[in-house]
Amino acid sequence: MSRIKACFATLKENRRKALVPFITAGDPAIGATVSLLHVLAENGADLIEVGIPFSDPMADGPVIQLAHERALANGVTTLIVLDMVREFRKTNTTTPIVLMGYLNPVEIYGYEKFAQDAGAAGVDGMIIVDLPPEASKPLTDAFAKVGIDCIFLIAPTTKTPRIEKIARAARGYLYYVSVKGVTGAGNLDVEEVNRKLETIRKLTDLPITVGFGIKDAATARLIGEKADGVVVGSALVNLVAQNQNDLPALQSRIAELMQSLRQGLDQ
Amino acid sequence: MALNERDFLHTPDADGNFGPYGGRFVSETLMAALDELEEIYSRLSKDPEFQAAFDKDLAHYVGRPSPLYHAERWSKQLGGAQIYLKREDLNHTGAHKVNNTIGQALLAKFTGKRRVIAETGAGQHGVATATVAARLGLECEVFMGWDDIQRQSLNVYRMKLLGAKVTPVHSGTKTLKDAMNEALRDWVTNVDHTFYIIGTVAGPHPYPMLVRDFQCVIGREARQQCLDQAGKLPDALIACVGGGSNAIGLFHPMLGDASVKMIGVEAGGLGVATGQHAAPLNAGRPGVLHGNRTYLMEDADGQIIPTHSVSAGLDYPGVGPEHSWLKDCGRVEYVAINDDEALAAFRKLTLVEGIMPALESSHAVAYAEKLAPTMPKDSIIIVNLSGRGDKDIHTVAKLDGISLG
Repeated sequence: MSRIKACFATLKENRRKALVPFITAGDPAIGATVSLLHVLAENGADLIEVGIPFSDPMADGPVIQLAHERALANGVTTLIVLDMVREFRKTNTTTPIVLMGYLNPVEIYGYEKFAQDAGAAGVDGMIIVDLPPEASKPLTDAFAKVGIDCIFLIAPTTKTPRIEKIARAARGYLYYVSVKGVTGAGNLDVEEVNRKLETIRKLTDLPITVGFGIKDAATARLIGEKADGVVVGSALVNLVAQNQNDLPALQSRIAELMQSLRQGLDQ
Repeated sequence: MALNERDFLHTPDADGNFGPYGGRFVSETLMAALDELEEIYSRLSKDPEFQAAFDKDLAHYVGRPSPLYHAERWSKQLGGAQIYLKREDLNHTGAHKVNNTIGQALLAKFTGKRRVIAETGAGQHGVATATVAARLGLECEVFMGWDDIQRQSLNVYRMKLLGAKVTPVHSGTKTLKDAMNEALRDWVTNVDHTFYIIGTVAGPHPYPMLVRDFQCVIGREARQQCLDQAGKLPDALIACVGGGSNAIGLFHPMLGDASVKMIGVEAGGLGVATGQHAAPLNAGRPGVLHGNRTYLMEDADGQIIPTHSVSAGLDYPGVGPEHSWLKDCGRVEYVAINDDEALAAFRKLTLVEGIMPALESSHAVAYAEKLAPTMPKDSIIIVNLSGRGDKDIHTVAKLDGISLG
């Protein structure tokens, strides 16, 4: 069984919801990322999404845009991101790692080669924000060969026939984008999210996580009532920005937020 | 011709592909809006009433047809081919951009959306969008890189006078590509009531197709005007290429005329060899940015690299996907002209013909100066004079050490 599948199966058994933190690889420093991944895992993360930095993060709000800029200024490359996962896997063989990024860095790396190298490094899933399922077959085929799940997004604007199409292409879990907007947007409407989740549930058995706009224990708890998991990105990356020159402080701030999110979700 | 004509005459395919280029690479939130736009456009583009409304606006609001002017004095001085200028600079708002914004504004009206947004580099597309928005009473917001705002202050003020909000973009390289990122972010957020008027033949399908279709009026007119005035087709077409909408507009209606040679001129900046340029077709490689697969300026890790051009409208690391395909097919040749050559051409055409070209168009003018002397006196070159140069006076004056205040 894949790590992602095992993760959601265990959660279901224990009637718990997945807490899915996101950080950008190489932010605030290349040397900080692996330690931050461990902090996340040790403080309640069930699955971790790691951003591959890109020069033009079109789907991201200002907080994560700046994280991409910091990471690129630090000289992060795709190879370095895969090295970080390999390093993390030396001591953590259970927490699924999902890489999240834009198509161009993967395309230039080469689909087959990227899939092989990512699989060998211990990557479990991949979200490519600007790759719709229609155009994804060459990449999903390459991922399937090495057991990497290709995770697709569903948006508030996605109509039912398209949800079916996306669910068919998706592996691992579905990521529901809770707001029309970029990452870190502030206009979360819980009731609307729940209505949409009901629609999606009727069309797929895959677990559904919800992200964009979840920033604290209260929003995590509300969304966690209906979703299988919540993704928290900008709130964590904000802490990275605020504590970028003090790694111990950053680690403890991240641990605090994770624990509080965990508590909210487990209530 | 190496390839069968249908390889590039009947593009894009149903998924928006021009050969391996084009497509639709956007976040999921935008897919529904693009499907809707594709459906509306596919219906309206075959609707005679829509076409009549478009033609009427082009005739009475834009002032089309734009003249095809035989630049006799300049041609004589160069001593070769006869050069004709397609005077898109004489359009209302001073550039070819308005052909497209008129068309997309008509589409916006059909969708019932009350707000339009646009990205702009030199400000010409921003002005053309603000213009049609003013005319239709639509709310308008234009995203513009902070660096471009500094070098195109005249157009920024024009947009404001037209009632548009001009939002500076401080992220990334602070130029056109970052303005497009920000416009996409806004669209994702306000997609329910906002129509995104993309200014060039790039972006996710169906934009490269519909912007091309609206700009093809340039080439249809030029072809007929050349037949009327000279009794034959031109031997060569020259147009500058940033995203490439003025070039595709001139080229596309003549792609099937095998005798017509076509040259797209990219911004060579400080020289292609220096790396300080905006010439992806000359020195880039294929990748995915802003919703389409196309030639890009990128590093070995797939990160988009900063571009340089004296002309804000050409300062873009990508290019329309159809140009990428026409390059690979060998149907169009793509060359580069450096900043200093473009600036010299700007001065030359102003002095010799009394026509001040935009710095973007000056790249095409500069290449014509190289090509014309190599061709016989009875041959014909059409240069697309895509915009007028008034907006660039501050840039040129600054290089002359003159402050216009």
